[in-house]
Amino acid sequence: MTESTAPTDPRSPSGPSSGSTASAKEKMQASLARRYAAEKRFQAYGIGAIILALAMLVTLFVTIIGSGYTAFVQYTVRLDVTLYPQDIDPQGTRDPEVLARADYQGAINDAMYSLFPDASGRSARRDVRALVSPGANFVIRDMVLDDPTLVGQRISVYVPLATEFDQILKGNIDPAVTMRTIREASTGIPWSLPPGERLISENQGRYLQQLVRQGEVEGSFNRWFFTNGDSRQPELAGIWGAAVGSFFTLLVTLALSFPIGVAAAVYLEEFAPKNRWTDVIEVNINNLAAVPSIVFGLLGLAVFLQFFGMPRSAPVVGGLVLTLMTLPTIIIASRAALKSVPPSIREAALGVGASKLQTIFHHVLPLAMPGMLTGTIIGMAQALGETAPLLMIGMVAFVVDIPATPMDPSTVLPVQIFLWSDSPERGFTERTSAAIMCLLGFLILMNAAAVLLRKRFERKW
Amino acid sequence: METLYVIAAILGLTLISFAMGRQRAVARSEGQPRALHSLPNYHGHFVALWCAVPALILLVIWVPLEPMLAMSAALDYFQAHIADPAHMESVRQSKLALLLSLEPNATTIDLSALRADQYNLLQTEIRNMAAGTASTGHAAFMQEVADYYQGYRDTSFLLMVAACVAVAGAGAGVAWRWIAPEMRARNRVEQAVTAFMILCSTVAILTTLGIVLSLLFEAIRFFAQIPLTEFLFGLHWSPQTAIRADQVGSTGSFGAVPLFAGTLLISFIAMCVAVPIGLLSAIYMAEYAHSKVRAVVKPLLEILAGIPTVVYGFFAALTVAPFFRDVGESIGLDVSSESALAAGMVMGIMIIPFVSSLSDDVITAVPQSMREGSYGLGATKSETVRRVILPAALPGIVGGILLAVSRAIGETMIVVMAAGLGSNLTANPLEAVTTVTVQIVTLLVGDQEFDSPKTLAAFALGLVLFIMTLCLNIIALHVVRKYREQYD
Repeated sequence: MTESTAPTDPRSPSGPSSGSTASAKEKMQASLARRYAAEKRFQAYGIGAIILALAMLVTLFVTIIGSGYTAFVQYTVRLDVTLYPQDIDPQGTRDPEVLARADYQGAINDAMYSLFPDASGRSARRDVRALVSPGANFVIRDMVLDDPTLVGQRISVYVPLATEFDQILKGNIDPAVTMRTIREASTGIPWSLPPGERLISENQGRYLQQLVRQGEVEGSFNRWFFTNGDSRQPELAGIWGAAVGSFFTLLVTLALSFPIGVAAAVYLEEFAPKNRWTDVIEVNINNLAAVPSIVFGLLGLAVFLQFFGMPRSAPVVGGLVLTLMTLPTIIIASRAALKSVPPSIREAALGVGASKLQTIFHHVLPLAMPGMLTGTIIGMAQALGETAPLLMIGMVAFVVDIPATPMDPSTVLPVQIFLWSDSPERGFTERTSAAIMCLLGFLILMNAAAVLLRKRFERKW
Repeated sequence: METLYVIAAILGLTLISFAMGRQRAVARSEGQPRALHSLPNYHGHFVALWCAVPALILLVIWVPLEPMLAMSAALDYFQAHIADPAHMESVRQSKLALLLSLEPNATTIDLSALRADQYNLLQTEIRNMAAGTASTGHAAFMQEVADYYQGYRDTSFLLMVAACVAVAGAGAGVAWRWIAPEMRARNRVEQAVTAFMILCSTVAILTTLGIVLSLLFEAIRFFAQIPLTEFLFGLHWSPQTAIRADQVGSTGSFGAVPLFAGTLLISFIAMCVAVPIGLLSAIYMAEYAHSKVRAVVKPLLEILAGIPTVVYGFFAALTVAPFFRDVGESIGLDVSSESALAAGMVMGIMIIPFVSSLSDDVITAVPQSMREGSYGLGATKSETVRRVILPAALPGIVGGILLAVSRAIGETMIVVMAAGLGSNLTANPLEAVTTVTVQIVTLLVGDQEFDSPKTLAAFALGLVLFIMTLCLNIIALHVVRKYREQYD
């Protein structure tokens, strides 16, 4: 500012001669132009920074959705499977135990061979068998368990293709090859990749094309992704196990952190005398909110697992660790909510003879509840996305079964994402992104609920 | 799992005792409710508390103690009967002989002479066999011990149920007899509730205490094996070699300097991304943006803070790192596929909203009169921002940036997924470096021996991490608080 205002100052030593005034005016104009340009530039930097940040957000979402949306479709092949009673249930008891342990692979293989009558010889037959996922076995088993009368019948069923073929049809392996181009190609699959990178052999390619041309292959909604637990086979791996684990973990976290957090906040805000001890607690809570999450994992490992001997990989331990982690968030939010209730409410209640606790439980808490719930939901959303502390307490185990109680070994959604992201197969990359989409979906729902709650019940006093 | 049923039973008894207490209060008032000091509900709560609290305390003590007592009883049983030649023979035939490094002609096993890890193995074996999850190839005698252990636990469980129910009933009975119109039930219930609230507010203190003690305890055991100076100033980090007994404590394998350097490098890159973008966007939002734009853009930016870090890690490993590698290749640079640059940049994106929202708060807290004074002197908006607002807000902004740095140092998943594992002392952002948090995760995920320096090293690293972030937080909170005092 000073360099631009100085020349126009009438007391400046340059004197009031008309020529120098003109030049001073010019100078001022020039400096004004410069300053306005600087102003424009500065604004542009700000807009640029915001656009850059938003561009990164968009890139992240586009990448995740772009690589994950295909996981919601699974290519299946229609098989006419004959379930011979002598193979599946020789005794004819139709006992669910027997049906569950029976081998349906033979029936599936026969159905596959019948699709390719010209495939003879061991290697050709192996190629034919490899088209179908090992999970086909489970699909048929579940059908039979649902309806035991199917044994002895010939059923037409869609079973998942093995992951390589699924990925090829989705165009994830070779951009030039998709379901459509395979169907339309007159001779062979139109590869653009050299043979070494195609994942499947020449023969398998021919079989695949034949299936596609005959219309036996169909892409359908991938229900297995939502109903299965983890698996080594990408086409069988699902998020249900991790989702249930996350649910149990959050349940434990909520059941502990909400009452403890609210009680602590009420005490600190309404009862605690202002002294050194409460000061220490307050500073402590603020610091705890900024301690890296992995340190809570170390605490859980040393105290809950090693000292108390709790089970590894159990949602209940995960819930305990996440409780300690989310408590500061909930306490801070609850205190803010209590602070925003005007003192007149308390005074009125005390004035008509309520005790201090009656005042708080009957009048202050109900008014502060929306704010407390908002803080709790935000804390729960944090807990849902937390990975590092759960790695420390062993929730990274490979768990196929769906956990039935909070004591069973299990994993949680973010850890499942971490585990899958380590797997090199393309089928897992796709599933990782899809699991991320589900996780983000949950988080958006929770945050939207928090925002809604705040909008709906926010009061101005 | 069975414990849950016991808890459910206690809660059921509590409900019944509530109803009984309430009913007795009404009965004792003899149709004159005003004669009661407290409302009937408070009498009910009073009896319910006396029913539930002692029983639950007993349960909380019993449940962790019981397996320990059962195990020590089982080990006593083992010690008392192992001298029997038939038992000894069956142990010698099993895989346990190998685990306990049994002499071929030993006639007995002295438990007190076992090494700590062998002792633990024996206990695990008993536990697994009792739960029926042990692998094959175990001794018949061990099955006997396991059965004894399981029998002890079953008896103990029945005893516990009986004791809990008895304590609950006795508590409720005593309290029920105390009920009288003049009894101050409300005051007593309120005392109990206040005590509960005080207990809850100390959980935060206990957590901090737990963190400090567990980290210190394990770290001290680590420093008993590896000197502190070597850990803090050593330049060579290779914990994997320490598995072999002859290499434990071999020179330089626990020097953490490369980890500190890697952590600082990645945090520095992250701050280089986050500070300019976060600060400039905060200034624009606070000083320039229309309130409608602000209402849309601010929550959008805050989405960045709500995305789980594992998602950023995947994004870094899947998209950003290959992108940098390809760009580097095309201009002839050798960029590692786990470069510090990719991890740091993605971490920077994550931190943008921290910097921007904290700066936004302090910028809007600068009194309006300072802006108006500056405009009155003819300054443009950007000049006001640069020469008046930023200097006034600087302490707060620095505090916010320090908090963001502590966030970056403690961040785990992004670096675990996108940064390297090998320790590498370099300042080149295109190479792979490792960080403190990555090493903690690598050391502790998977099978671990609790006493090896390799596992303990993770706790020493955790202690360093905790102290570093704590210092940063305290400084930052102090700076922010001091600044607030100036303008409020």
